[in-house]
Amino acid sequence: MNTRGVSASPPGYFDTASTEPLHPAAREVLLAAADEGWADPARLYGAARRARMLLDNAREIVAAVIGARPDEVTFTGSGTQAIQLGMLGTAAGRRRQGDGPRVVAVSAVEHSAVLQTAAHLERHDGTTTREVGVGPDGRVDPAAFTKAIDDDTVLACLQAANHEVGTVQPVDEIETGDVPLLVDAAQAAGRAPLPRSWSVLTASAHKWGGPAGVGVLAVRRNVRWRSPLPDDERGGGRAPGFENVPGALAAAAALSARWEEAEAVAARQRELVDHIRARVPELLDDVDVVGHPTLRLPHLVTFSCLYVDGEALVTELDRAGFAISSGSSCTSSTLRPSHVLAAMGALTHGNVRVSLTRDATRVDVDRLLAAVVDVVTRLRAGLEAL
Amino acid sequence: MSEGALVLDCRGQRCPLPIIELAKRIGDVEVGQTVTVLADDPAAASDVPAWCRMRGHEYLGADGDAYAVRRLR
Repeated sequence: MNTRGVSASPPGYFDTASTEPLHPAAREVLLAAADEGWADPARLYGAARRARMLLDNAREIVAAVIGARPDEVTFTGSGTQAIQLGMLGTAAGRRRQGDGPRVVAVSAVEHSAVLQTAAHLERHDGTTTREVGVGPDGRVDPAAFTKAIDDDTVLACLQAANHEVGTVQPVDEIETGDVPLLVDAAQAAGRAPLPRSWSVLTASAHKWGGPAGVGVLAVRRNVRWRSPLPDDERGGGRAPGFENVPGALAAAAALSARWEEAEAVAARQRELVDHIRARVPELLDDVDVVGHPTLRLPHLVTFSCLYVDGEALVTELDRAGFAISSGSSCTSSTLRPSHVLAAMGALTHGNVRVSLTRDATRVDVDRLLAAVVDVVTRLRAGLEAL
Repeated sequence: MSEGALVLDCRGQRCPLPIIELAKRIGDVEVGQTVTVLADDPAAASDVPAWCRMRGHEYLGADGDAYAVRRLR
């Protein structure tokens, strides 16, 4: 464990599904790569060749973990940008000036970046979006998703696992035929084995303990992809602008370190998540524990407490020293409840998403649970008879 | 949809307030009778049926902003 304190997980932090603190391995590489990899990787002198080598090295490491070839991997400015470029570029590769297949098939529980990009394609490219629902556990039925893909489908998008409830999706059971499948692996990468049957895969480094500002876009060699942006030779012609070499290398180092420890960390986290899932309904009445009981990511668990305002819950837990996120409408800028919880038929108010750091302990979790019980009990004061 | 024996006008209220009101007033009707909640908070579309599932009542469906619930116990 890190002894300098700089990268050790901040106490009370239970929101790694939003972002993971920098992995100790990434911190060292980030500093070293800032000194070694500052030059322009497109130039032909020594320092430039070194930067190019580091970038290639980063691509190889990431490719190995996500199950791609190095030349299929591009670093983008963020996970969201990877999703946008992945979806728009794949759609552009299959459509010519409004001709061609026009349906974008998505699950109802995709990240908003996927749903917003599908909406953008509707507005600007005349596509229609076909949303496939999920069961109460948040999982797509593979047969139903397969059925939603036909000759008229330009692109299908299914996440590796859900970012709000942790449910793993049956990506490798989907039959897409010739239709490209984009898999958003932002929440799963570095934490769980990834599906293999993708055409395009996207991820985000800060979710696995890499630095912010680094996304991953992987496009299989046999997939037609055409840039939706003005021509630019950077990023292999896929992502615009000067490459963030130190960021990419630190992201790769974090992913590699994270993947090496993934099984051990996941075993610990699963135990803690099972503990939370079992304990919360024992400690509190009227709680909806959300997400698939077993087919789930190791670090993430969600529940909703009846009669409790989500914003008050987040604020009171913050006051008690705990950072959690919520899918309740009053905590979102749009004042709409989480589309994920709504699609699952889950209770949307009083929602708590707990996501564990890699070194979270039983003591940390029990402290959080005690605080949740205290806060929920206080917020429910006067409603005991309900 | 015919309105129930009891109509709760919770328009303008944010969740969880309409659900709290529903929970407080469900006992005002007999078992088998219906309560209709009028709510314009979009969260009600999820939370009224979820409340029914969690508390053992029957969700009868929505007609615009009107959510109908049958008391079962």
